Amino acid sequence: MPVRIWRKPLDLEKAKPPRGEIHIIKDRCKGCGYCIEYCPRRVLEESDEINKRGVHPPKVEEESKCVVCSFCTAVCPDFAIFVVEKPCEGGC
Amino acid sequence: MTQNENLAHPMEVFLRKSRIPHIWCSGCGNGIILHSFIQAVKELEMDSDKIAVISGIGCIGRVAGYVNMDSFHTTHGRAIAFATGVKLANPELTVVVISGDGDLFAIGGNHFIHAARRNIDIKVICANNFNYGMTGGQQGPTTPLEAYTTTSPYGNIEHPFNLVSLAAASGATYVARWTTLHVRRLTASIQKMLQKRGFGFIEVISPCPEIYGRRNKMRTGLEMMNWLKKVSVIENFSDPAKAEVSRDRIIIGEFVDMEKPTFESILYQTIKRVQEGKGR
Amino acid sequence: MTGNKAVLTGEHFLSGDLACAEGAIAAGCRFFAGYPITPATEIAERMALRLPEIGGIYVQMEDELASMAAIIGASYAGLKSMTATSGPGFSLMQENIGLAAMTEAPCVVVNVMRGGPSTGQPTKPGQQDVMQARWGSHGDYEIIALSPNSVQEAFDLTVEAFNLSEAYRVPVILLMDETVAHMWEKVVIPPAEEIRLVNRKKPNVPPGEYAPFKPEGEDLVPPMACFGEGYRFHATGLTHDEFGNPKTDSPEAQFQLVSRLCEKIRRNAENIIKTEKVMLDDAEVAVIAYGVVSRSALSAVKKAREKGIKAGLLRLITLWPFPEKQVAELADKAKLIVIPELNYGQMVREVERAAKEASIRFLPKLGENLHTPGEILEVLEAK
Ligand SMILES: Cc1ncc(C[n+]2csc(CCOP(=O)(O)OP(=O)(O)O)c2C)c(N)n1
Ligand code: SF4
Ligand code: SF4
Ligand code: SF4
Ligand SMILES: [Mg+2]
Repeated sequence: MPVRIWRKPLDLEKAKPPRGEIHIIKDRCKGCGYCIEYCPRRVLEESDEINKRGVHPPKVEEESKCVVCSFCTAVCPDFAIFVVEKPCEGGC
Repeated sequence: MTQNENLAHPMEVFLRKSRIPHIWCSGCGNGIILHSFIQAVKELEMDSDKIAVISGIGCIGRVAGYVNMDSFHTTHGRAIAFATGVKLANPELTVVVISGDGDLFAIGGNHFIHAARRNIDIKVICANNFNYGMTGGQQGPTTPLEAYTTTSPYGNIEHPFNLVSLAAASGATYVARWTTLHVRRLTASIQKMLQKRGFGFIEVISPCPEIYGRRNKMRTGLEMMNWLKKVSVIENFSDPAKAEVSRDRIIIGEFVDMEKPTFESILYQTIKRVQEGKGR
Repeated sequence: MTGNKAVLTGEHFLSGDLACAEGAIAAGCRFFAGYPITPATEIAERMALRLPEIGGIYVQMEDELASMAAIIGASYAGLKSMTATSGPGFSLMQENIGLAAMTEAPCVVVNVMRGGPSTGQPTKPGQQDVMQARWGSHGDYEIIALSPNSVQEAFDLTVEAFNLSEAYRVPVILLMDETVAHMWEKVVIPPAEEIRLVNRKKPNVPPGEYAPFKPEGEDLVPPMACFGEGYRFHATGLTHDEFGNPKTDSPEAQFQLVSRLCEKIRRNAENIIKTEKVMLDDAEVAVIAYGVVSRSALSAVKKAREKGIKAGLLRLITLWPFPEKQVAELADKAKLIVIPELNYGQMVREVERAAKEASIRFLPKLGENLHTPGEILEVLEAK
């Protein structure tokens, strides 16, 4: 799956992929593992926590690696994970 | 990770929130199909007040109850026939049928081919999980030869339908097949179908790990999705009759995208002619 | 949709089938889905010809399963809708008649009864589907069924069928004998403004507050929004709560819904039921009949009176809900009740139930011939 490019970088020197803020609605998660497996940047991993449904929801391993492609959101069957683009701090 | 617990999932406005979480099992593809459909609606900025979602009976049949749109959960097999009444009575509505392989092609097969023949403006999304999920995993019209189900305990002895070929031969003007792993393309395809007029059909190969996968050496959703990843080949606009679905190869892509006068356009033209006194 | 094209005011010579089609159009029916079958085909043919003239929709479906599903869909999308069939097709419709009852979809189903079971005698009359009309779909539900005995009444009762279906949000079945469907008689179609029309109650709350299955008022009937009006509501054949949410495990929800579906008809039965009473005031012997058989019964009763026998006729116009009270009252007075039917024993069971003490004579008839007045008279004389 190609990574979706949200905006064209103006200055390739300074270009950084957009930074994501990952939201996990833990108690909705049914633990299928799709978000973890199919994240192109390996941002997520299984947590040790056990949620209301008795499964291990994902946790964020390294948020800065996230490119906000939202594939995890699209492939989650349970509406348990979504990503929002972080507002630019310090003028990116 | 989030600290802001108040932030809602971006798709929530398209869901009947009181009904989420849905009833589907862990790893079931139905939730992905639901997400993909509402994502398409969202991206097209469609008016949810003018969409009617109709489903039949089955696991995927419950989908109608989850969308925050006018919706009707009909009897087993009759979603398309019901949708025909809805579309003709109010042509302004975008009428979408989301249902299962058993519902649409076993008990409801006759309605499918006739609606496609008429080219009525109904959009059909079929969750093909290769079996009757709701009733506990029996063999159905898309179960692959030799697959194990509760009613094919010695391996399925029936040839399955090739749904895209059936749809194309019946007269559908948009036909595609995707899997739940190809969500981006699926969403784009749903968007394309929603924007077209006429009978559209999208088959989505969807994992049912709970009762189909388990009996066919794929215990988890991940195993089923990885299988879909491994065997899927995109062959856009290839011959639908040759678009196989087998253990080793699943041909996906768009197969038909054509224009043909829709049933309701011909119907309304006829009504107009009759009303102008030029009936015969 | 101009009034004068829809309502063919004036005197006509029509068959029962054609009068039924005209009654539907006059009642505001703008959607017909059907599949050809003797002896109901002429209704579909008339609708195919007439509906386009007034901007209505005729669609020929692939079978009766589809026809029934389509009229429920059209009803939910806001049109008054109808289908017409005969025994074999009526059997195929049963599952979705239950869906219409469960989801409270106003619609009209015409069953022109022929001889059964199975393919039976396609061109011959019968009254063999009266119990199927009541109990044909599975589960507990109530339904309304009407039985015309003349071509004029085929028109009038079709209008009535639509009005009842809209008022009570229930499928209404017009049970017409093949004989009535195929006989030609004079029909007077009144001016449009003299035809009483009933339309479904609409919600008067904003979308966010609408509960699609919450009854409003004494009649236990919920107001009905339609698709596309912005209410974004859900309907299902599963047991559901007032919001349309499935409640598959709750005994309370099952009781609340099913009892209301039944009670909305039972409690309103006296407003729904129509009968015709002929010379019953002093009757010692009485005939209970419906449909075409009531015509022979009427002449038999008149002939009996000429012979000094105090005979009368209770004609059932509404078959369901069953006119129990009217039958029970009659049973209190009459020494003998005679029931001629074109079947092997159906409504007679209901009469026996309602008229416990009375002496009852059942006159079954199967096949081509109708009861003659003489056959009925014979029994009245022999009392
Ligand atoms: C007339 C009728 N026959 C049988 C059933 C039982 N039934 C419920 S769902 C179902 C099969 C559904 O299979 P499918 O459409 O593939 O949906 P899935 O559950 O696999 O998503 C059956 C046979 C029924 N509800 N109605
Ligand atoms: S949006 Fe999701 S799938 Fe995409 S990189 Fe970020 S965490 Fe991974
Ligand atoms: S895809 Fe959704 S349900 Fe599956 S593990 Fe990730 S968050 Fe949980
Ligand atoms: S049984 Fe199969 S199709 Fe049904 S919800 Fe479970 S995984 Fe999905
Ligand atoms: Mg299935």
